[in-house]
Amino acid sequence: MDNSIPSIPKRIGSIQFGLLSPREIRKMSVTSIITADTYDDDGYPIDMGLMDLRLGVIDPGLRCKTCGGRAGECPGHFGHIELVAPVIHVGFNKTIRKVLRSVCSNCSRLLLEDKKKQAFLEQFAKLEDMTHLPDAVINEVFKEARKTKVCPYCDHEQSEIKFEKPTDYIEDGHKLTATEIRDRFEQIPDEDIKVMGMNPATARPEWMILTVLPVPPVTVRPSITLESGQRSEDDLTHKLVDIIRINQRFQENRDAGAPQLIIEDLWELLQYHVTTFFDNEVSGVPPARHRSGRPLKTLTQRLKGKEGRFRGSLSGKRVNFSARTVVSPDPNLSINEVGVPLAIAKQMTIPVRVFSRNLELMRAYIMRGGEEHPGANYVIRGDGRRIKVTEINKEELAEKLELGWIVERQMQDGDIVLFNRQPSLHKMSIMAHRVKVLPDKTFKLNPAVCPPYNADFDGDEMNMHVLQTEESRAEASILMQVQENILSPRFGGPIIGGIHDHISGMFLLTRNEKHITKNEALELLRKAEIHNLPEPAGYDKDGHPFWTGKQIFSQILPDGLDLEFQANVCNKCDTCKKLDCEYDAYVVIRNGELIKGTIDEKAIGAFKGMILDRITKKYGSAAGAKFIDDVTKLATRGVMKTGLSFGISDEDIPREARLNIDEEIAKAEQDVADLIRAYENKELDPLPGRTLDETIELKIMQTLGKARDRTGAIAGNHLGLENSAVIMAKSGARGSMLNLTQMAACVGQQAVRGERIRRGYAGRTLPHFDKGDLGADAHGFVKSSYKSGLNPTEYFFHSIGGREGLVDTAVRTSQSGYLQRRLVNALQDLEVQYDGSVRETRGVIVQFKYGEDGIDSTKSDYNDPATIHKIVSSVTGKEVE
Amino acid sequence: MSKFSLLDHELIPHHEIADEDELKSILKHYNIGREDLPKIKVSDPVVKEIGAEVGDVVKITRNSATAGEAMYYRYVID
Repeated sequence: MDNSIPSIPKRIGSIQFGLLSPREIRKMSVTSIITADTYDDDGYPIDMGLMDLRLGVIDPGLRCKTCGGRAGECPGHFGHIELVAPVIHVGFNKTIRKVLRSVCSNCSRLLLEDKKKQAFLEQFAKLEDMTHLPDAVINEVFKEARKTKVCPYCDHEQSEIKFEKPTDYIEDGHKLTATEIRDRFEQIPDEDIKVMGMNPATARPEWMILTVLPVPPVTVRPSITLESGQRSEDDLTHKLVDIIRINQRFQENRDAGAPQLIIEDLWELLQYHVTTFFDNEVSGVPPARHRSGRPLKTLTQRLKGKEGRFRGSLSGKRVNFSARTVVSPDPNLSINEVGVPLAIAKQMTIPVRVFSRNLELMRAYIMRGGEEHPGANYVIRGDGRRIKVTEINKEELAEKLELGWIVERQMQDGDIVLFNRQPSLHKMSIMAHRVKVLPDKTFKLNPAVCPPYNADFDGDEMNMHVLQTEESRAEASILMQVQENILSPRFGGPIIGGIHDHISGMFLLTRNEKHITKNEALELLRKAEIHNLPEPAGYDKDGHPFWTGKQIFSQILPDGLDLEFQANVCNKCDTCKKLDCEYDAYVVIRNGELIKGTIDEKAIGAFKGMILDRITKKYGSAAGAKFIDDVTKLATRGVMKTGLSFGISDEDIPREARLNIDEEIAKAEQDVADLIRAYENKELDPLPGRTLDETIELKIMQTLGKARDRTGAIAGNHLGLENSAVIMAKSGARGSMLNLTQMAACVGQQAVRGERIRRGYAGRTLPHFDKGDLGADAHGFVKSSYKSGLNPTEYFFHSIGGREGLVDTAVRTSQSGYLQRRLVNALQDLEVQYDGSVRETRGVIVQFKYGEDGIDSTKSDYNDPATIHKIVSSVTGKEVE
Repeated sequence: MSKFSLLDHELIPHHEIADEDELKSILKHYNIGREDLPKIKVSDPVVKEIGAEVGDVVKITRNSATAGEAMYYRYVID
């Protein structure tokens, strides 16, 4: 293999966390840094400067003076700066404060009696036994010690220590210097340190006050050479320069015997620079800025947050063998397929080892080279050398090809890839698809797989990852393939299924007893690869055979399927007439034959599809996938047969209907006026638990809501079942009757936080109304329909309501995203064991039975525990209680 | 003040000290020791109520939306 990765020289046995002691800092340091300059005039690093060659090298050609490595080989080495006066490490402010408050200001002993100290130590031992963290007990120690007002050892009275941001500690109105704090901490005996939860060998409290500052290696803060040849230093280097400059000035001033005031100022300045070196976002400290005014990115900023070292560089990874482009629909693809643009397929490769059985095949790939489609881009020889296949060397390479070499062949039809759309919120956000190489420049996918990805085609982009090993391909095809994810573990029903046109197409096809000629029938079923038609349903008067839409649909149902359910179009009558339903809304399937009923969202839709659900559970996921494929193909042709379009004239309603609607609204307004009069005459009875004001609001809202529904019903009746919008709404394909009401009849009440609009001027919403007017139109009731157009006040109220919706969605997404992140972090290591229990990594049980009932929801009917009853009754033929 | 039992409150599931034999079979089923059970402090009000001591195992019968009734076992610690 490649020799650039060195073998691991030592194995890690254990890791000890602690504080760096000044001794340790000096020990690991390769040089003291005393000058703030970096390079001399020749561009050569200055000795004992910030770019000293002993700290490691970043310029090519130079060698590290410590390890002799070249740039890239040398890992870098720490240096140090001797601080003239001690300063506080901002990161430890919390701990310093706690220790300072729990330690005697005179004798530096922990302010607890020996007995108590002993008790706490015992508690630590017990917690360690149980492998629990001692954090809670440590806090208890500090809390107890702080309560002590007189030192039990030297009887010294303790005074309150106030902490002032960012680094000041004030005792009796006098500011403690870092030196004073350090002196106190040095005096704390080892036993007392243990009681405070620290290990005196690895972390003495005085080490939280810095006397020596470690200087990170140059490899951590590389300078960049700009195009002009000018060097631009890293932010950390800039900060270190500041620290050294102030440190020097401090030294000079103190040696020259400068007045106390100047010394104190310089000390504070040194503290500021060291503070911002560690963290440039401490509250109370103005951030150190670059010349351009941009705040410097110092140590904490490098590690923290989404783009920090942990979340951005270590947990977040970037990958090879991936592609991203816009997605577009193609109902002729299987749900298990993904259309990949040729240009991408030529770039993506799969490594194949050469065996005697595929030698000739691999030769053929290489012979085609990188330009002609299923070719090969690289060949890896037996000795690990990687050779690019070019037009020039392809013949030579094909000739030389030996067993054991690896050929990186281009992706081709049938290869398995992972397909993903962000945000990846659930397992169905990444599924395995089989490749279908197609022309054009977008990924193509069957629109039935849009729901799990939450994708649409308004410019969405998706990612593809090419699997590189046989194991990963096997795993992906068994666990991650789309057909294995038809049933959602969230509710145990299908999450993949017909959407939009699939539903309206099937609805149009199976509704009514239409006569379909032989040619039409074959055309409809051609793509589903069904070539034999059943017995015709009858003969026309001129003797030609005809079939019905229900028969056509039955052809894609598997044999032996029995199912009965109420369709989406069902009117929810009081007593269901079942087979005699006059709306054809009771679906009956016997032995794979659609006898009665209309196919709509309830039958084949994503989330609801009953037929889909039954087929996947009874005949397996492959049959489910086949059914969805056939549905998408048949439905798109079905919808094309009649056509389905919608225009503004589809919202036209007859004059009489318009009059009816106006009447209805006028009546509602009259009712509201009556209510208001009753309210003003104090004749209104308040509802239980409500004030009078709330009651009137509620009643008005109710009245207007009902009125809007009634206008909707009037419009709906006049539009009729042949209206394409009604077809879409009733079949569940898209839109609702409410949408239609708003378009054709009346938009209705606009609300903010579930109440009528009240904000605006004193006592009224707009100057167009009287003060105190409680009427419908003064509080956001929109009488007009979208088609007739809104008047100015209505338009304004509608904008208020609409804006609330927008704000809500924006807030909801950010909040639920954060909730999701926290839940995932909390639950990611829990695992369902083979014994059905849920355990965390240590083996401690969290749930004795997964979900308390141990049921895999994908294998139950919509999480209904009565699944077993169905199985029993289907076998025995008897109903089970 | 009148005395009342915590267990009478509808939000508190039924707690009892687990039967030794039953416990043994549970531990055997999951192939674990007592310490691997979820824990409950002896100072927990409901533990005081039923008088369980450190080392005992409390059996909790909870109402479950999925299973109707679900058993849970917690090891009493100090």
